Amino acid sequence: MTVSVDTAGKGGIKRFLAEQMRNIAPIFTLLALILFFSTQSPVFFSVANALNIMGNASITGIIAVGLTFVILTAEIDLSVAAIANAIGITMAFFTAQPDYVNIAYIALPGGVAIILTLMAAFGLGSITAFGVTKIGIPSFIMTLAMMQIANGVSALLVRGQIAYEFPALVTMLGSGTIYGVRWSIIVCILFFIIAHLVLTYTRFGRYVYMVGGNREAAEYSGVNVKLIIASVMIICALCSGIAGMLGVAYFGSAQQNGFDDFLLTAIAAVVVGGTSLFGGRGGIGNTIIGLLVLGVLNNGLDLINIDSFLKILIRGLILLIALVINVYAQKLKEGAT
Amino acid sequence: MTQVIDSQTGGATAPSVSQPLLEMKGVTKTFGGIAALQAVDFSIFPGEIHGLVGENGAGKSTMMKIIAGVYAGYDGQMSVAGQAVHFRSAADALDAGIGMVHQELSIVPDLSVAENVFLGAQPLRNGIMDWRGMNALAKKQIASLGLDIDPTTRMGSLPVGLQQLIELSRVLFSGARMIILDEPTSALSPPEVERLFTVLRRLRAEGRSIIFISHFLDDVLEISDRVTVFRNGRKVITEQTAALTKDSIISHMIGRGSIDMHMGETAILQGDDTKPIVMQANNIGDGRNLANISLSLRKGEITGVYGFMGCGQIELARALFGKNPLKSGKMQMSGKPVRFSSTAAARAAGIAYVAESRRMMLFRTEPVYKNISISILNRISRIFVKPKAERLIADAHVKDLQIRPQTTDTILGNLSGGNQQKVALAKWLTHLPEVLILSEPTRGMDVGAKEDVIRIVKSLRDRGVAILVLSTEPETILTLADRVMVMKKGSVAREFTHGQLEKADLLSAA
Repeated sequence: MTVSVDTAGKGGIKRFLAEQMRNIAPIFTLLALILFFSTQSPVFFSVANALNIMGNASITGIIAVGLTFVILTAEIDLSVAAIANAIGITMAFFTAQPDYVNIAYIALPGGVAIILTLMAAFGLGSITAFGVTKIGIPSFIMTLAMMQIANGVSALLVRGQIAYEFPALVTMLGSGTIYGVRWSIIVCILFFIIAHLVLTYTRFGRYVYMVGGNREAAEYSGVNVKLIIASVMIICALCSGIAGMLGVAYFGSAQQNGFDDFLLTAIAAVVVGGTSLFGGRGGIGNTIIGLLVLGVLNNGLDLINIDSFLKILIRGLILLIALVINVYAQKLKEGAT
Repeated sequence: MTQVIDSQTGGATAPSVSQPLLEMKGVTKTFGGIAALQAVDFSIFPGEIHGLVGENGAGKSTMMKIIAGVYAGYDGQMSVAGQAVHFRSAADALDAGIGMVHQELSIVPDLSVAENVFLGAQPLRNGIMDWRGMNALAKKQIASLGLDIDPTTRMGSLPVGLQQLIELSRVLFSGARMIILDEPTSALSPPEVERLFTVLRRLRAEGRSIIFISHFLDDVLEISDRVTVFRNGRKVITEQTAALTKDSIISHMIGRGSIDMHMGETAILQGDDTKPIVMQANNIGDGRNLANISLSLRKGEITGVYGFMGCGQIELARALFGKNPLKSGKMQMSGKPVRFSSTAAARAAGIAYVAESRRMMLFRTEPVYKNISISILNRISRIFVKPKAERLIADAHVKDLQIRPQTTDTILGNLSGGNQQKVALAKWLTHLPEVLILSEPTRGMDVGAKEDVIRIVKSLRDRGVAILVLSTEPETILTLADRVMVMKKGSVAREFTHGQLEKADLLSAA
């Protein structure tokens, strides 16, 4: 009988690098960016600025957590930002608004408003899940439609107006601080921890990785692949919804187009962090690094004297490089085994 | 819409022309030191249909790939019309007038018939597509095969027999004097086979040469002028068809009576109808590849399903495991009617499945223990995975099945094929399934691994599992099965329950 391989033998280091490239590259990028901006700006390397970066990243972070689940199964969700906005607006709709804004609302107690809003997020996620798993629409197209639907819900509810009032709990979590730290950072870290535990230590988490790693094999192993995919789509919608609720409180207002930048940033965070677009590789740790890379980049570019129009281009280039590494790492990995 | 305009009656014309169109002398091809083809002499004359038969791995496909220019590296001489040639690519072969129609047709179903005929070589006029010219030319081309098909028809709407003829006409249009047909009748109904033969006789009358590769010996005997039989990479015989019978061809193929006879050539079946039926299928069909299949899997028995590639075995396995929906028929588990809407439902009912391709069963980039535990996670964990239990089970299987290397941390892709197959089996062994469906369990394995797998499967049977083994390799069926079903074109061709069964019986039933 043939014994085919010893992992520790020659080429071990090369193989290790090949396997770990998707984890190593983002960390190096992050360190390089921090080093660079620290030398370029006197205020960059400080606790206050670090908290600032994390605060700005916290809302995107909650969206990115849901998106990590989806991308790990090799699906995609393009509706995250639109759902965040629609859910933020829905919450405002269930809350009494001041008289000076001419906007429709149903005045409900804060707790009821929050529960109804979460149910709305669950509902939107269920529609996506149904379309993808039962009807068989590719998630790329299904969530594109859901993006438009959620935008439509937003438009109908605010009708060009702006809502300012939200349940007290949400206002506190979205814009309040404790010991100088934003609550939203704490909520986001909580999401990271729970998501990491789920992905790493639970049966469901294992299934998520296996479905992403080889969907066919998962199916032939008796895993209910459709149920797993439906679940991640709903998880993603719920994360987006909660991010939307905290987000409107963070902004202090709910309005049409409130979350326009968030789709690209959330996807970019997951991918830059090294989670494979082909599924099955990566995780919350990668997403955290990805969020920090983008957060540091945005913040640092603001602090150093740079053409604000050039910033957009630089972000695009960074994303492109991350995509190249992502796909290249996949090929290296496949070559190594 | 479609009909055969003209039917040639030309019988078996013995090749009378002196110079062969293609001649091979002492052609040898080795892969990593193992000869796939050894010192083969072969010739085909203009206006000859030459049948090529042999078991899987006998050398037919190696030979045809050399002729078609796919394999450039080989020893020996080849000449076309007296000129020495050595093809470096399929394009070289096509330039020399040798074309090929594969078993898997290379058509584009959403394009028109005409576009398919001219695929990659659409006629242009002033740089734009000349639709009218193309359609007219295509119609003429198709008519030359004796067919009347509207060239603007969507390719995908045609039955597979006509699609095949369209592909044939594409090969002819590119100027082929000689055509290699690989298993051309495996997907055809009897009338479609007749129509194909009419076309082939017509081409023969035009002086073209045809190499007809097939497992279906009746078809080979009907259409060929001469037949060449391969066995273990050697040419056994080339003979006028008139001097051959199906039995004599089978004898040549398996070397009956010769010293080549070895294990797995014959088996004593011991089907026991008193054993309880675990899973029963009555007249099931999927509306495409399967029709009216009935089978009963009994506790502690191995049922073998034999058939040629593309006979519907794979589809049968998938249908039983709930992967492909059934269109007709009924299924029962232990007497209760069942209908599986997903593989998860079949799994929950106690059915396990190991697919023919390990790629479809295993997670190459994950460690061995995760590959083993995937199908039992629901048993050993409610919410949180229990790593200790998971490792213990995986360790036990790795030891039991002698998987090398004996550690569960190895990334699966680093194991050899035989060890991977053992892992694919291991995942079902912790909690024994009631029914185990194995598709090609020993394909592509070295002898040692093969024996291990056979031992494992037999021990599972002895522990009461009802096992279904599907294979295109007669040896696998003969070694494992207690009863045998032979499939042919999506239906049951024959069943064997008791007594002695020989390889030749399987080959002639399929």
